[in-house]
Amino acid sequence: MSRKPIVLHTAPHVKRPQEVPVIMRNVVFALLPILAFAIYQFGISVLALTLVVTLTCLATERFFNWMSNRTSSLGDWSAVITGILMALTLPPGFPLWMGVVAGFVGMAMGKMVFGGIGFNVFNPALVGRAFVQAAFPVAITTWTPAFFDGRFTQFIPTTLTMPFMMPPDISAWASSVAVDGFTGATPLGLQKFQDTQTAAMELLTGMTAGSAGETSALLIFVCGLYLAFRNMMNWRIPVWIFIGVTVTSGALYLVDADKYPDPLFMLLSGGLMLGAMFMASDMVGSPVTARGVMIYGLLIGFLTVVIRVFGSLSEGIMYAILLGNAATPLIDAMTQPRVFGARRKEQSP
Amino acid sequence: MAFAPRLIVPVSQHIGAPAVPVVKAGQEVVRGQLIAEADGFFSVPVHAPATGIVEAIDLMHSAAGPKVLSIVIKVYEAASQQVLESYPVDPMQLDRDELIKRVQNSGLAGLGGAAFPSHVKLQVPEEKQAEVLVVNGCECEPYLTCDHRVMLEQPENLLQGVRYALRITGAKRAIIGIEDNKADAARLLREKLTDNDPISVELVETKYPQGAEKMLLKSLLGLEVPVGGLPIDVGVVVNNVGTLAQLGRLLPSGEGLTERVITVSGSGMEKAGNYLVPIGTPVSFILEQVGVEAEYEEVIMGGPMMGMSIASLEVPVTKGTSGVLVFRERRFIEEQGERGTRFPCIKCGRCVDACPMRLNPAQMVWLAEKREYTAMQEKFNLNSCFECGCCSFVCPSNIPLVQYFRIAKSINNENRKATA
Ligand code: SF4
Ligand code: SF4
Repeated sequence: MSRKPIVLHTAPHVKRPQEVPVIMRNVVFALLPILAFAIYQFGISVLALTLVVTLTCLATERFFNWMSNRTSSLGDWSAVITGILMALTLPPGFPLWMGVVAGFVGMAMGKMVFGGIGFNVFNPALVGRAFVQAAFPVAITTWTPAFFDGRFTQFIPTTLTMPFMMPPDISAWASSVAVDGFTGATPLGLQKFQDTQTAAMELLTGMTAGSAGETSALLIFVCGLYLAFRNMMNWRIPVWIFIGVTVTSGALYLVDADKYPDPLFMLLSGGLMLGAMFMASDMVGSPVTARGVMIYGLLIGFLTVVIRVFGSLSEGIMYAILLGNAATPLIDAMTQPRVFGARRKEQSP
Repeated sequence: MAFAPRLIVPVSQHIGAPAVPVVKAGQEVVRGQLIAEADGFFSVPVHAPATGIVEAIDLMHSAAGPKVLSIVIKVYEAASQQVLESYPVDPMQLDRDELIKRVQNSGLAGLGGAAFPSHVKLQVPEEKQAEVLVVNGCECEPYLTCDHRVMLEQPENLLQGVRYALRITGAKRAIIGIEDNKADAARLLREKLTDNDPISVELVETKYPQGAEKMLLKSLLGLEVPVGGLPIDVGVVVNNVGTLAQLGRLLPSGEGLTERVITVSGSGMEKAGNYLVPIGTPVSFILEQVGVEAEYEEVIMGGPMMGMSIASLEVPVTKGTSGVLVFRERRFIEEQGERGTRFPCIKCGRCVDACPMRLNPAQMVWLAEKREYTAMQEKFNLNSCFECGCCSFVCPSNIPLVQYFRIAKSINNENRKATA
C-alpha cells in the first residue's frame, strides 16, 4: 500500500499542552506588574538594575551551556525569572556592578554547577542575593526613599558606582530628596531597631521603602493568585508559609505584645510575600508531595519569624527559603505517598 | 461491518499460553468452528470468525510489534456466514465447573483491553469467597465508546451474562458501575431489573482512569485492593460489560467468540463510530470501510492513553482491541501545544498528584535514569503502576514516564527469570 509512513510512538498519545516554557513564561508575565510598580516607585535605577541582572543571568547560563557543550537552554525562560526575581529583592539603589556579581554567582553557583534547571538544590535568585548580602553588607542595606522627585530622570547616586568601588554614602542625598515623612528605613528595620510600627495599609500598597520589588504585598499577592489560578504554581506552598508565619508570630505576640510584632505586620512586611509567592514556590527546590509541601511551608514560615525576631538581621525570609530548599530532599524522602492498597503501617520509609 | 477478504487470526489474543492450531493450510472452515484449541487451563481457544479456507498458518504482524503465529483465512464471499456450530443448553442448569469449561470453550477473553482469559477471572479460588461481582461499564479510555454502545444495544445479553457470572462466581450481588456521563445506559439497564434483583446499577464520576479495576472498586465499594493483590482478595470479581454481554449471548448457544464491538474514531473522520467487527479484520480494511483518506500519520489500537501505535495497517483486530484511532497530525500533541521537546524534571509534583495509584513517578524516574530498577520496585512499588499514562500526560517537561516504567518492569522481570 502506498501511503505515507505511519509515525510510531509510545502511549500516551495525547498530552496536556502545558509545558515548562509555558509555565515559566507565565511566571515572567506575573512578575511584570510587580516590576512596573517597582520602577514607578523607585525610578529608572530599578529598570537599569533589572536589565543588568537579567542579562547577566542569561549570559551566565549561555556561557555554561557553551562550556559543557550543550545546546542553549535559554528557551525555557527560567533564567529570565531568576534575573527579575533577584533584581526585585535588591535595594533599588544597588550598584549595577554588584548586580552583575549577584547575577553571575546566583546562576553559576546556584544553578549551573548542579547541571541547570531541574537539578539545582537552591533557588538561584536567593543564592545570588545571599552572596552579595555577605559580600557587600553596606550596599545591600542602603535603602532609598520611595517616590523621590526626579526618579524618572536621574539614577540613585549609588546605582552608577564604578566597578570594584564602594558606593558613596547617600544618607544626606536620601534625606534631601525624600518626600515628607518618607525615610529610607524599611518597615522591618524600623520595627526591629526603632520600635516603630508601619501601618498595614502602607504595607499593602507599598508606600514604604524596601527592596525594589517587595514593597506592595497586595500587588504581589494578586500576581501570585494569577499563577495559582492558571495552575502554574503550587498554591499550597504560600498558604502553608502564611500559616507558619501566623502561628509562630501569633504565639510570640500572645506572650508579649509589646516586644513582638503582630502577625499581620509579619505577613505583610519585608520580602515575605514575594518570597512565599514566587521563590519558595519554585518547583525545583520544593517537595513533590502534598504532605511534603506542608512541612516545607510551615518550616519556612517558622524560620522566617525566628530569624526576624531573634536573629541579627531584620529580614529572614531569604535564609528561611534557602534552609527550606536544603531540607527538601529530606522532606521528600520522609513523605512518600501511601501507595494505593498499602496498609498505613507498611509505608515505605 | 462487512467481512474483509482475508482475516488474520492470531493464536494468542489473550494473556497466557497461546492456543494450538487444529486446522491445516488449505482446509475449509465454517464460521464459529474451532481452529485453535486451548493449551491448558491458562489459555483460550480460537474460533473461525468467518467461513472460508485457511490460506496459511504463519507469522504475521501484531499490534505490539513482533510477528505472531496467526491463522490466515480467505473468506468465501458467497457463503451465508451462518454460525454453524452450536450446542444449545440452559446455563442455569449446569454446575460451576461445567460452566467454567464452557466459558473457556467459548474463547472469551476480557474485552476491556487486557484480554485476560475470562474463565480464569470467573473462577474463584477454593479458599476465597466472592461477595460482589462488579461489572465494569466505564470506558477504559477517553475516545472509546464501545462499552457504552454495548450497554445501550445489548442490555438483555448483558444482564443475562451478569446472571450467569453470578452463578459461576457464587457472588450474592452484582453492581454495574457506569460513568455518570452515560446516565442513559444506566436508566435503560435499571428499567430491565426486577424487584429485589441481585443486580444494581450505580453511577460513578467520569474521569480517567475510572475504568481501571482498582479505581472502580474504590469508587463503588470504597475498597482498596492490596498491593500486588487481585480484586478477589477483597472478595470481588470484576468483569467488563462487553465481556459479559458476549457471555450472555455465547453461553446458551455454545458458540465461540467471533466478533467484537470496537470504536473507530480520531480527528477528521466522517464515519466515526462503533462497529461490530469480525476478529481478525485488518486495520486497513476498517479504515477503507469508514472512508479514511490517505492523509493520516498515526494509527493507534486501543485508547489514546495506553494504546499502541501500529507499524503496519495489516495488523488485525483481536479480542482485546477496544478501538482504532486515527490521528492526522504528525503528533497529536502538536495540535494542542508546543513542540514536545524534553526538559529535565523540574520536580513540580504534578505526576505525584496525578497518579491514581499514589505512586511517586518523579522519584521513580530519577531512579530509572540511574538504572536502579530494583530500588524502584522495592522502595516505590513499581509493580503497582498499571501504566495508565496519567503521569506522562501531565508532565510539563514531556518526560515519557510510563515508558521508563515499562522498561524498568521488563528488566526486573528478566532479572527475576534469570535468577530463578
Ligand atoms: S502510569 Fe504513572 S500515573 Fe499511571 S499508575 Fe503508573 S506511575 Fe501512576
Ligand atoms: S510531572 Fe514531570 S517535571 Fe513534574 S515532577 Fe513529575 S516528572 Fe518531574
